[in-house]
Amino acid sequence: MTVSTEIKQLVVAKTGNEAMAEAMRQINPDVVAAYPITPATEIAQIFSSFVSDGLVNTEMVTVESEHSAMSACVGSAAAGARAMTATAAQGLMLMAEILPIAAALRLPIVMPEVNRTISGPINIHCDHSDTMFCRDSGWIQIFSENTQEAYDNVLQAIRIAEHARVRLPALVTTDGFIISHAMETIKILPDEEASAFVGAYRANYSVLDNANPITVGSIDLQNYYFEHRLPMINALNEAKAVIKQVGREFGEKYGRAYDLLEKYKLEDAEVAIVCLGSTAGTTKDVVDTLRARGQKIGLLKIRVFRPFPVEDIAAALGGLKAVAVLDRSDALSGYGGPVFTEVCSALFNSAARPKVINYVYGLGGRDIDLHMLEAVFMRLLKIKDGGDLGQIVDYLGVRK
Amino acid sequence: MTTTLNEEKYTANLSASELPEGGIWTEAGSSLMRKTGDWKVEQPVWDKTKCISCFTCWAYCPDSCLKVENGRVAGVDYDHCKGCGICANVCPPKVSALTMEKAR
Repeated sequence: MTVSTEIKQLVVAKTGNEAMAEAMRQINPDVVAAYPITPATEIAQIFSSFVSDGLVNTEMVTVESEHSAMSACVGSAAAGARAMTATAAQGLMLMAEILPIAAALRLPIVMPEVNRTISGPINIHCDHSDTMFCRDSGWIQIFSENTQEAYDNVLQAIRIAEHARVRLPALVTTDGFIISHAMETIKILPDEEASAFVGAYRANYSVLDNANPITVGSIDLQNYYFEHRLPMINALNEAKAVIKQVGREFGEKYGRAYDLLEKYKLEDAEVAIVCLGSTAGTTKDVVDTLRARGQKIGLLKIRVFRPFPVEDIAAALGGLKAVAVLDRSDALSGYGGPVFTEVCSALFNSAARPKVINYVYGLGGRDIDLHMLEAVFMRLLKIKDGGDLGQIVDYLGVRK
Repeated sequence: MTTTLNEEKYTANLSASELPEGGIWTEAGSSLMRKTGDWKVEQPVWDKTKCISCFTCWAYCPDSCLKVENGRVAGVDYDHCKGCGICANVCPPKVSALTMEKAR
């Protein structure tokens, strides 16, 4: 990682929600349409004060539901505006009908999204069930480990989503309360630098261009629907290279480089944990502790879950002996969590592949602590040494 | 308004790479090529001798199917009319220039 000393960044104390609202202020979108929901409420609330204080030129639309919020974003984006919103859990699920439409229309809407468990029972705390529920909607999904990443990821998401080879909506997640409401010291870019990094938005088309009238969202039956889906599928694949390129540029300019994955002490590791979001931070701590005791262990953090980095995951895990995939949601498929099955799928055609087990953990905001993660590593080390694979899918930290 | 339509583009089997991004349709007037009125059960019948061209039907029709010529109502566009009956319903009772009949 090259650290830039040329651009003076501001060191500030911010919660995850404050950091994301700050990034939105610097992006200065044309339209923000939002509806409040815990734990994401603050993002649009703080942003609305920026609007009231005249710090941004945004048209703020206070709608009556998340379905309307996403619909207003689609409408304004189709008119050529840079549109943003923010939500969580039930709000994301209420948007669900409109999410694939935004993707199919190739509208680069960017949405901070705070991971919160979906009802029921009703619960406002963190797990990844909301984001995973919308994983096949054509949206790029970027997970943040901490507040710094949440800020950096929102800025990068604009560049990624609006890239000519991508033009797809993107959501950037934080973990509910764990990141959204916890204050951390972060570095933020000067306003003009952030503004220059995201650049000006040039829409691909506009329904308000009377000189060139177009139809958006018309019916598309057997003869053309498939041909209209294929470019979107290709764009998601293209996005992988763009995400890497934008992450590299961010690193070169500001000293914090990003990739589809983050490999932590994986080089000579024999076993590893794979996880997303804030748990990666906790896992790094455990890796350090056990490494100090001579254990060859590591972490693979999946930063981008959509598009799924199949090739990079296969390359990163192929040489290991045993891997535990940690899922903060259950796919209710009878076979563990969605990250687990996709990681298995990525490895299936690899010549060398590790044994893979799955732990579903942290549902409804249940804490995951150092001891639990240490126990997972200990089990992996036993499997590595030829021990019985045992139960492939298990549940961590639940009273069975 | 006269519209130049690329009928071949509309009916040909173009490949994914030949299509505009986002599934948008870039030429106005494509509905002229798409006859959507062939499944109606009832259809309005317009009586030229009774019509006073008040344009109530024209304003209410959800599919813009009341034809206008020289500033006067000039009949129904059966290629696109779905037979909903709104025009006949809003036609002033004293005029009753539009009545619904079995379509076929």
